[in-house]
Amino acid sequence: MDGLKVKGKVWRFGDDINTDVIIPGKYKFKTLDMKELAKHAMEGVDQDFSRKVSRGDLIVAGKNFGCGSSREQAPRVLKEAGVSAVVAVSFARIFFRNAINVGLPVIECKDAVKETDEGDLVEIDLEKGMLKNLAKNRVYMFKPIPPPLLEILRVGGLVEYLKQYGTYKV
Amino acid sequence: MGEVKLSGKGLPVTKKILAKASGKEYVESGEFVEAKVGMVMVNDLTGPLALDAFEKLKEKKVWDKNRIVIVLDHQIPADSVHSAELHKRLRRFAAEYGIKNFYDVGRGGICHQVMVEKGHVKPGVVVVGADSHTCTYGALGAFATGIGSTDAAAVFSTGSLWFKVPEVMRINVEGNLKPYVFPKDLILHVVGLIGEDGAIYMGLEFTGSTIKKMGVEGRLTLCNMVVEAGAKTGIIEPDEKTIEYLKGRVKESFTPVYSDQDAKYEEELSLNVEDLEPQVACPHSVSNVKPVDEVGDVEIDQAFIGSCTNGRIEDLRVAAKILEGRKVKDGVRLIVIPASQEIYLQALKEGLFEVFVRAGAYIGPATCGPCLGGHFGLLADGEVCISSTNRNFVGRMGSPKSKVYLASPATVAASALTGKITNPKKFM
Repeated sequence: MDGLKVKGKVWRFGDDINTDVIIPGKYKFKTLDMKELAKHAMEGVDQDFSRKVSRGDLIVAGKNFGCGSSREQAPRVLKEAGVSAVVAVSFARIFFRNAINVGLPVIECKDAVKETDEGDLVEIDLEKGMLKNLAKNRVYMFKPIPPPLLEILRVGGLVEYLKQYGTYKV
Repeated sequence: MGEVKLSGKGLPVTKKILAKASGKEYVESGEFVEAKVGMVMVNDLTGPLALDAFEKLKEKKVWDKNRIVIVLDHQIPADSVHSAELHKRLRRFAAEYGIKNFYDVGRGGICHQVMVEKGHVKPGVVVVGADSHTCTYGALGAFATGIGSTDAAAVFSTGSLWFKVPEVMRINVEGNLKPYVFPKDLILHVVGLIGEDGAIYMGLEFTGSTIKKMGVEGRLTLCNMVVEAGAKTGIIEPDEKTIEYLKGRVKESFTPVYSDQDAKYEEELSLNVEDLEPQVACPHSVSNVKPVDEVGDVEIDQAFIGSCTNGRIEDLRVAAKILEGRKVKDGVRLIVIPASQEIYLQALKEGLFEVFVRAGAYIGPATCGPCLGGHFGLLADGEVCISSTNRNFVGRMGSPKSKVYLASPATVAASALTGKITNPKKFM
């Protein structure tokens, strides 16, 4: 992430992508090494995802992304695999928290989801709440991430944030 | 014990607890607050990552050693050197930081049952846990919600956490459940009605005569599964049943919080359950719910009674009543796992285990067990399980080519006897 902007190629997924799909349990129970786990990111829906994805790429998905377990491995594995942000119609709330806390931007933008295809090049300005689809030459505005959460993302996650501020600035 | 009532600001209990914990008189949906946490829990799967994050914070001590609970439950006893190492690390952390509420193998059971049974949850406070089913404790009138491991580390260090104030949906339930229909059937029905994301980010509040009549165990089942509809919390206002349950468990004093009489809800759902039949969530979604008689001819290989959803003593009693003097169908394996050591002992005293063993069931130690496809009781390719648990995602209980159906312990027990998904009515 360059400051509060991300830019990358899109990988498309559907509705209700759960945490067991993002990182299947059989690996999750064996190791806490995120590099190792990242080799199996999204394996539940796309066997080859970890080989295809490039650093900076984005995931664009439907509703209720990240539903299921509270395990933080899900957003951490995506981040480790190189994913720079997830854009969805909606997120399961614990996934949303975990993503912010580990420094993975999560954006709700229904219109962009509807009109974005796999492979499109997309640029996001988190501060302005603006998503540009460079392939289709379309601009979408979304409700910006609230300032306290944006600050958590900017410094790289909740651990860094608390080291810096000691408490929450909400 | 004082009561907070009628602030006249139209707040439902969900928001009122959050306002109180944030030192505010009023909170609005969508607002971000920093709330004081009354109790935080981690387990053996989420705890180690919380310790990683806590170590990075370089704190010398925890915010309050008496408000941290650590439970080993997902993979106990250790099934591999890897999990043994994780357990060891948590054990050491508890010793080093003086955390007395550490429940080792044989001392507790499934984290959510331990939390309520050992009195770590009291009405009117914010309780967080690094496990999605932490919402269970709303049954006792707490604002209880699942968080991540880094969140938990933040609470270890500061005693507070950021929250977005949720919109609130009231679900009012009236009517008597039929004798073979249970709180599990009701919550499956609700998730089926509103969908997997029907209450996303929302707080749910259950009210009505059905809830009033329901015992605390049933209420725990109800609130346990609100996360399957995407909800943040599921709360039932405390009443005399709640207070009776808490007696002898909660040592500290507490102040129950109730909804304002003019409470405003963003959404309302009214249900009458007089005609509700046993419900089954079919593969591979918890919202794919049908009445049991409409599921069709589904043969099963495994039946599982247990978990934080339905591994309590009343669940085991109902199952035993159905299984008594009968045999589990050949070719079917029935696994029964009490949710805690306390329940294990109670079931033992009541002779329920004899009933299970004579019926041909396998009884396991208190653990999450097969529910999450962790360390035992997994399914092979093409196998089918009917389970009293809370999730039936692809591969949840083992092979991605297996299938899980969710139902009440009564429906699971009845199905174990016939070898196919069966309405428990004929055995009750």
